[in-house]
Amino acid sequence: MKKFMLDLVVKENKSLNNQYSLVILTSADPLPPMLPGQFAEVRVDNSPNTFLRRPISINFVDIEKNELWLLIQKVGEGTRKLCEASIGDSINVLLPLGNSFSFPANKEDKVLLVGGGVGIAPLLFWGSMLHANGYNCSFLLGGRSAENLLQLNDFAAFGTVYSTTEDGSYGEKGFVTQHSVLESQDFKAIYSCGPTPMMKAVAAYAGRKNIFCEVSLENTMACGFGACLCCVTDTTEGHLCVCTDGPVFNISKLKW
Amino acid sequence: MVDLSIKLGQMQLKNPVMTASGTFGYGVEYSDFMDVSRIGGIIVKGTTLRDRQGNPYPRMAETPSGMLNAVGLQNKGVDYFIKHIYPTVKDINTDIFVNVSGSTVEDYIETAERLNDLEKIPGIELNISCPNVKEGGMAFGTSCPSAAQVVKSVRRVYKKELMVKLSPNVTDISEIALAVEAQGADSISLINTLLGMAIDAEKRRPVLSTVTGGLSGPAVKPVALRMVWQVAKAVKIPVVGMGGIMNATDAIEFMLAGASAVQIGTANFIDPTITAKVIDGIEDYLVCHKLSSVRDLIGALEV
Repeated sequence: MKKFMLDLVVKENKSLNNQYSLVILTSADPLPPMLPGQFAEVRVDNSPNTFLRRPISINFVDIEKNELWLLIQKVGEGTRKLCEASIGDSINVLLPLGNSFSFPANKEDKVLLVGGGVGIAPLLFWGSMLHANGYNCSFLLGGRSAENLLQLNDFAAFGTVYSTTEDGSYGEKGFVTQHSVLESQDFKAIYSCGPTPMMKAVAAYAGRKNIFCEVSLENTMACGFGACLCCVTDTTEGHLCVCTDGPVFNISKLKW
Repeated sequence: MVDLSIKLGQMQLKNPVMTASGTFGYGVEYSDFMDVSRIGGIIVKGTTLRDRQGNPYPRMAETPSGMLNAVGLQNKGVDYFIKHIYPTVKDINTDIFVNVSGSTVEDYIETAERLNDLEKIPGIELNISCPNVKEGGMAFGTSCPSAAQVVKSVRRVYKKELMVKLSPNVTDISEIALAVEAQGADSISLINTLLGMAIDAEKRRPVLSTVTGGLSGPAVKPVALRMVWQVAKAVKIPVVGMGGIMNATDAIEFMLAGASAVQIGTANFIDPTITAKVIDGIEDYLVCHKLSSVRDLIGALEV
């Protein structure tokens, strides 16, 4: 897919809680085609202590409204600055970058999307596309406590939402891999994005049950389009770039 | 109409703006963003005799006004380049140089020999300055005898443009420059990255898997300018300057310090169209200062 460098305009900036913001970008021109799993490299202006762009997952694309949603967690100075964007601000992005999730083998297959923390971001866009293509998809979203569970209503539009919290403040208490739905239903494909320990646990579960499983990785990057070779992960094919060979990998390819 | 062409040893480049090895892939990674044939010269990723997996992740740390990298020359080897990459890059309408690295003198010789016959590769950049590999690399570029030995050996087998990339991690870079000039280098490029380090205080661990890495970006620019100035005064062959160039003014500063051409590296990651902007900016500067040729800038610093 052709990549672009664009100046987009902030249409909305919703603070979801003190850690997360949803920044909605638009443009006078139609946004380029983007696929679930892909990401943008976002330039952080007026941020003297950061230097590189920030790779941010594509959270959702609303073609009719010409909107690109970025769900941003305030991790450091760069992401904090992005969360402070005002309506009308211009934000420079490189997109769409990376590969995308692949569709399950059969339309009848029950599909589960497992997310944790800010890792839920690409799953909303992927869920919307699975739903639009007639797949039966469910979401299993985990967080430390209730305030870490985000966009639950948005997810509910595309499938059943199950959740876990470590402190039991919402949904079932525990980790996503301990949720009862994994035993009560027969999923044929699992997609996951979130903290690495969570994805490894999901991958181990899927591997044990021989379920098709893709995970979306997040490594630190300099360029985001395969030039610097900084973001590699260890695979059965050697070191591969998360930015171009990923971020989505089938678990059978990863040396986990 | 101003003349942007420059002479580089045996060659003439259409403009003085090149891309630094390891920051521009094989050029094709950037073709969605810009017309890469506008660039004066593309130096492709460091290439070794055999394939290298490079260093483990994490390989990168963002630092104030720059970054550290410890990629460690990940590449698929010279034969893979010749068979699979050369056919896709040979028709890019600019001069393409291959950056060559090795663990032994024999590695350098054999790699250079295999590249000698590629019609559309008019030159190589001999990398004797990579700080991120255990053997070879920087070891060759930090002493005059070993730098001289590798350049002498490659010069014997490589007939086209031989550019030698120097390490800043030395006491006196002019001495190394003179040593490689004496062995027949056509041009000298500098600086490779400065050896640096980043620490995660919370984890009490180094950020990079290799502990140390190479610093690049605007943080190194003053050091790079100083070294380009010193080397350009010491040698007669052309000097290609690099280190933290982010815009046309930075590039012009390097030329005033004595560089015949420049390479842009880390800035490509932040703006993949930066090379085109720098070329345009140099042209604007020449028009504004009523200069007819970019060559008028080379070493024009008034001290």
